[in-house]
Amino acid sequence: MSKPLLELLIAGIKFALVLGFVSVNALFLIWLERKVSARIQNRMGPIYVGRPQGWLQTAADALKLLTKEDIIPAGADRLTFVVAPAVLFTSAVLLFVVIPFGPGLIVRDLKLGVAYAAAVSGLAVISLVMAGWGSNNKYSLVGALRSASQMISYEVSLILAMLSVVILAGSLSTVEIVEAQSRIWFIALQPLGFLIYFIALLAELNRAPFDLPEAESELVAGYNTEYSGMRWAIFFLAEYANLFAGSALAVTLFLGGWQGPWLPPVVWFFLKTFLVIVVAMWLRWTLPRVRPDQLTSLGWKLLLPAALVNLGVTGFLVLAG
Amino acid sequence: MTTAEKTATQSEEVLEQVLTVNFGPQHPSTHGVLRVVARIRGEYLQDAEPDLGYLHRCFEKIAEGWTYPQIVPLTDRLDYLAAITNEWAYVLAVEKLLGLQVPERAEYIRVIVGELQRILSHLLWMGAYALDLGATTPFLYVFQERERLYDLMQLVTGARMTYNYLRIGGVKRDLPPEFFPLLEKALDNVLKVADEYQALVLENVIFQARTKGIGVLPPDLARQYAISGPMLRGSGVAWDLRRSEPYSVYDRFDFAVPTGQNGDCYDRAVCRVEEIRQSARIIRQAVAGLPAGEVRAKVPAAIRPPAGEVYTAIESPRGELGVYLVSDGGPQPYRLKWRAPSFVNLQVLPEIARGAKVADFIAILGSIDIILGEVDR
Amino acid sequence: MNLEAFLTEVKSRFPGASFEQAGQDWVLRVPAAEWEAVAGYLAGHGPRFDYLSSLTAVDRGDRLELVLHLRALAAGERLTVKTDLNREQPEVASVTGIWKTANWHEREVYDLFGVVFRGHPKLRRILLAEDFEGHPLRKDYVDPRRRKVEGQA
Repeated sequence: MSKPLLELLIAGIKFALVLGFVSVNALFLIWLERKVSARIQNRMGPIYVGRPQGWLQTAADALKLLTKEDIIPAGADRLTFVVAPAVLFTSAVLLFVVIPFGPGLIVRDLKLGVAYAAAVSGLAVISLVMAGWGSNNKYSLVGALRSASQMISYEVSLILAMLSVVILAGSLSTVEIVEAQSRIWFIALQPLGFLIYFIALLAELNRAPFDLPEAESELVAGYNTEYSGMRWAIFFLAEYANLFAGSALAVTLFLGGWQGPWLPPVVWFFLKTFLVIVVAMWLRWTLPRVRPDQLTSLGWKLLLPAALVNLGVTGFLVLAG
Repeated sequence: MTTAEKTATQSEEVLEQVLTVNFGPQHPSTHGVLRVVARIRGEYLQDAEPDLGYLHRCFEKIAEGWTYPQIVPLTDRLDYLAAITNEWAYVLAVEKLLGLQVPERAEYIRVIVGELQRILSHLLWMGAYALDLGATTPFLYVFQERERLYDLMQLVTGARMTYNYLRIGGVKRDLPPEFFPLLEKALDNVLKVADEYQALVLENVIFQARTKGIGVLPPDLARQYAISGPMLRGSGVAWDLRRSEPYSVYDRFDFAVPTGQNGDCYDRAVCRVEEIRQSARIIRQAVAGLPAGEVRAKVPAAIRPPAGEVYTAIESPRGELGVYLVSDGGPQPYRLKWRAPSFVNLQVLPEIARGAKVADFIAILGSIDIILGEVDR
Repeated sequence: MNLEAFLTEVKSRFPGASFEQAGQDWVLRVPAAEWEAVAGYLAGHGPRFDYLSSLTAVDRGDRLELVLHLRALAAGERLTVKTDLNREQPEVASVTGIWKTANWHEREVYDLFGVVFRGHPKLRRILLAEDFEGHPLRKDYVDPRRRKVEGQA
């Protein structure tokens, strides 16, 4: 076999692995969210399908959704409507390319890893706006506009928080950033940076308390009001894939990535990532939702200045040695 | 309209930047089948017009064809979260027309179940309101407490929601002895949940940011619109029919009438949580002072009040629940008017929601605490 | 000033009015023509009946009786005000200008009794559908869908 063909094959296998991992992992996360929320709310959560803990509930749900009728509203903009979920899912999958699960366990260690992650995660907003506009539904439209304004407000702070880590590590490569934390995790040097990143991440992921685009009590289901069956399932999966990717990135940038004593690196990586995810879930089931204008003013008036100051101070300290 | 036309009108609306949006009758936050036609410009509400009647069941007309005792279970279906207070308002009106003296023990039992009902209703409101503001979890916690209280109600009345427990001249049957220890425990739990709610929801920064200064209802406007119940008290008017126009035996109990200062959504929430505590106080006093004796007065088999009319009002969990009853001496009411507090309170919605943000609109609507069964009757 | 003295004063001002005590409640009867004027006077004078609990109607067979249940929150007084309307063409001035809460009450009375309130900002049906025919709380209303069960003679 010629070399380019082999490389293509390997890339194909890697892609299939990532895709499989993303889907299964998202199903697992949905199960986890249901269990966590159930425990927080003094309930049992799913217990019947896949006894005793309802392991197979989400798989069964996914199967059911796949078999449902595919409905496209009569007034919808067909192309945008159909493509929107795929765009969201693609952006989520693309993020996994630069996540280092362990030493050498990365799809591709890009030199511009962090910049790539920032760019790819910005794609999500396009998908939501497409979904909102394509549905030709007022709730969807308002939801999409909300998400656009929200993501733009938080993208900046998110990237600034990432940049301060980049300054510390002196590299944009995610692998090198993890390796730079062998002595001390960046969360110790960048507590403010981590906080900004985490808050901005929640907003970026549209998770409570920042779940305005799909605020159920106001906009029915926001941008995905008109979606059902498989397309809705893809939205749902993509959301959880994004949650995992965002948390994994948080671990990579601030919590030392795969590093840790005794246990194998991969285990460490997953432990930390799930810790971040559970904290995000915990917040979601505890807090009320903020208002759109409160959200944007928090983003622009508090997070952005804080991120700028943080970046400036970091840069200064690094320069000063 | 064809698809193209539809798209054209929608684009026109977008150009004007004003969208006409239906909240309801099928919408997750309308608490039943209320429909509000809202015109929004971006995130701002220009106008909101409630459209009623989706749950209209001709209660007043049906009542004209039924005998007096038959109507009691019918009233359960109006404000289905406060069935006891509905029955109470109705039987009180009939008893006044008849000039009937209700045994004291029955009055005390009515107070006990009536206040339990108020707690039940306010608990549900607490959960639903948190849900409106995007907090899912409090809903589950208040429902656990409600289940326990419903068990108690079932013990006493045999039913969980629509009780048919009050009778013209008393109550259906006496409280069972096992009721009292269970009640004591349930009240302790309720007070604990109220404290928890206070600490975790009312004092939450986001909750306060969402409710303080939102939907302000000045006391003058409240009077103009004849607002009653926690909504009126939230605006700082200490008006509670149990205190200012005592019916039954309410003049014998010691309880406070909580009021707010700013008349915003937050004050209404605080008032309701405080009312739960006051209701628990009243129940404890009523249990301590429960006199012995009959629970039902001697009432003729066929009830035919003398010709005349009466307007009685009681304090339901939502406010002044008035019954205007006209009799022509026959076995059926000549006219029965139900002054539903939800109906009257809802009317102020466009006034206090105008210019609010869409998210605030939900907060304001939720804070009014309407029950559509009562609004539409 | 007690309520009786105030009502006497109202009567001297509006000669068409009369009042009586029924049980503990006072009932003031006024002619339909003076409905709005009396309402305005009651809201602003004496104990100030600033709180309109309910506004409704009763079909008395030969006439429609409009009933107001008023409260004076500060003084703690209650008053019932009534007027009689022509059953064929019931029309009366709206009191929405005096108590804003009258708006929906009047719409309801319009809906269920067919009373027309002059000067009402938006007199439309409220509980029933727009295209509903008839006014069901009138005693002579017959439900068109109702079928008679015929007994065998």
